Amino acid sequence: MTESDIRHLKSVSRYLTPVIDDDGAPFWQYAAQGELRIQACAAPDCGELRFPPRPCCPYCQSFESEWRRMSGKGRIWSYVIPHPPLLPAYAEQAPYNVIAVELAEAPRIRLVGNLVSGPDAPLDSVARERIRIGAKVQVVFDGTGLPRWVLERP
Amino acid sequence: MARITSGIKDATAIAGIGQTPFAKQLPESEKALACRAILAALDDAGISPSEVDALASYTMEETDEVEVAKAVGLGDLTFFSKVGYGGGGSCATVAHLAAAIATGQATVGVAWRSRKRGSGPRPWKNTAAQLPTPAQWTRPFGLLRPADEIAMLTRRYMHEYGATRDHLFNVALACRNRANQNPQAIMYERPLTRDMYMTSRWISEPLCLFDNCLETDGALACVLVSAERAVDCRRRPVYVHSAAQGLPAQHHGMVNYWNDDPLTGPAWTAARHLWKHADFTPEDVDVAQIYDAFTPLIPLSLEGYGFCGRGEGGAFTEGGALEIGGRLPLNTSGGGLSEAYVHGFNLINEGVKQLRGASTAQVPGAATCLVTAGEGVPTSALLLRS
Repeated sequence: MTESDIRHLKSVSRYLTPVIDDDGAPFWQYAAQGELRIQACAAPDCGELRFPPRPCCPYCQSFESEWRRMSGKGRIWSYVIPHPPLLPAYAEQAPYNVIAVELAEAPRIRLVGNLVSGPDAPLDSVARERIRIGAKVQVVFDGTGLPRWVLERP
Repeated sequence: MARITSGIKDATAIAGIGQTPFAKQLPESEKALACRAILAALDDAGISPSEVDALASYTMEETDEVEVAKAVGLGDLTFFSKVGYGGGGSCATVAHLAAAIATGQATVGVAWRSRKRGSGPRPWKNTAAQLPTPAQWTRPFGLLRPADEIAMLTRRYMHEYGATRDHLFNVALACRNRANQNPQAIMYERPLTRDMYMTSRWISEPLCLFDNCLETDGALACVLVSAERAVDCRRRPVYVHSAAQGLPAQHHGMVNYWNDDPLTGPAWTAARHLWKHADFTPEDVDVAQIYDAFTPLIPLSLEGYGFCGRGEGGAFTEGGALEIGGRLPLNTSGGGLSEAYVHGFNLINEGVKQLRGASTAQVPGAATCLVTAGEGVPTSALLLRS
């Protein structure tokens, strides 16, 4: 293990964990199983995907919903490179990337995440020049059940 | 002057404004600062505290009505209101008072904001009190601060429309130039150059230090009365011509990433209502005080409020358009970027100063002013006229 690997592992344990609400809980349960699922209306005539999850469908007002499995494919819609001052666990890895990914099945849903070289790689593991709007990405899940993203063509 | 009114149009006027000094650190408490600003505003109007019967502030305001009312000796209150969403509530405080006074719920209203953001903690550092719903979708990934959230929209905006860092610099420069004329401004006598901007440290790429507002201690207040009453007050009345709040359909706050068009923010919603009830158009606006927690909020707001077309906000800033003598003089006290960041309340008071002819960077003959609250969150806006 290199010094930077050790630093990374120390940071990971101090990352903010999702503060989960009732509506969001299923997303995280599926994520822990390695599945990317998005809430969808279960009314037969509607079926629209929605995010963030909420009690009823904004398109047809039905309270029936299901969690639809996504392919995990998407494109980078935008990204930022945060620099300190940041919370300590993140400052240690800064500058790192945060990306917004538009899902292939629902481009208006853009999940926030990180572009990494592998599921448990550091937040700064992809070279800056590889990050560009429009790049195709694929979801992967790290050891804590957080979705992360890798380039489709690394 | 007799005015024909419908709804709240010109039915009320800002009769007094007050403020404390602005600094990175002030010794007094937020409560004491609030009291000083409110008393200064009432004195400016020539109205006794005992006549005040309405209050309005932000939900984030930590001095509450009971404390303020008993400290400065207000009368019996019959209307009090607090507006949510941080800096998005600034203009709505005045709007709520205008509605209350125009409909007879109250006669003398005070809006205020007191904040020790300069010497106090950074709100995003409080990891125990995360913003409820969106936080789980963003914060674990290191999208921690308002600057990060707006930087995400900014990068996309630059990508889609070809806006550049020079456009953002134009915003920062205009605000700094006005602050250099305003002895009360934190950045008085501290000029900004393009070189300083382009070589400054990053906060969240593509936003650098100078794209971010100040961190300030200070308080401001204003006094609202009916138009009839205002003509008898000490100062020239500044009429609330039109007012609006804006929470668009399927809006998600600063992390507005989950709808069809994240780059049309609350400004667009507020603007539609604002102009529908106004007797003039964006072309007739003499001076604008546009909420500037971050420079990219200016091009986004210029588009939303109709000063230019979609995607043209960056180009609009070229050729000195935001400077005195330009197409739309901006944030003439220095704004949140260079005067003080007090959740946008200084923009309201500066709008009043312009229409009184008393700004430190006076736009000659200014008779109309747009004031906006935070864009990127549920927002509000005012059209003021002399």
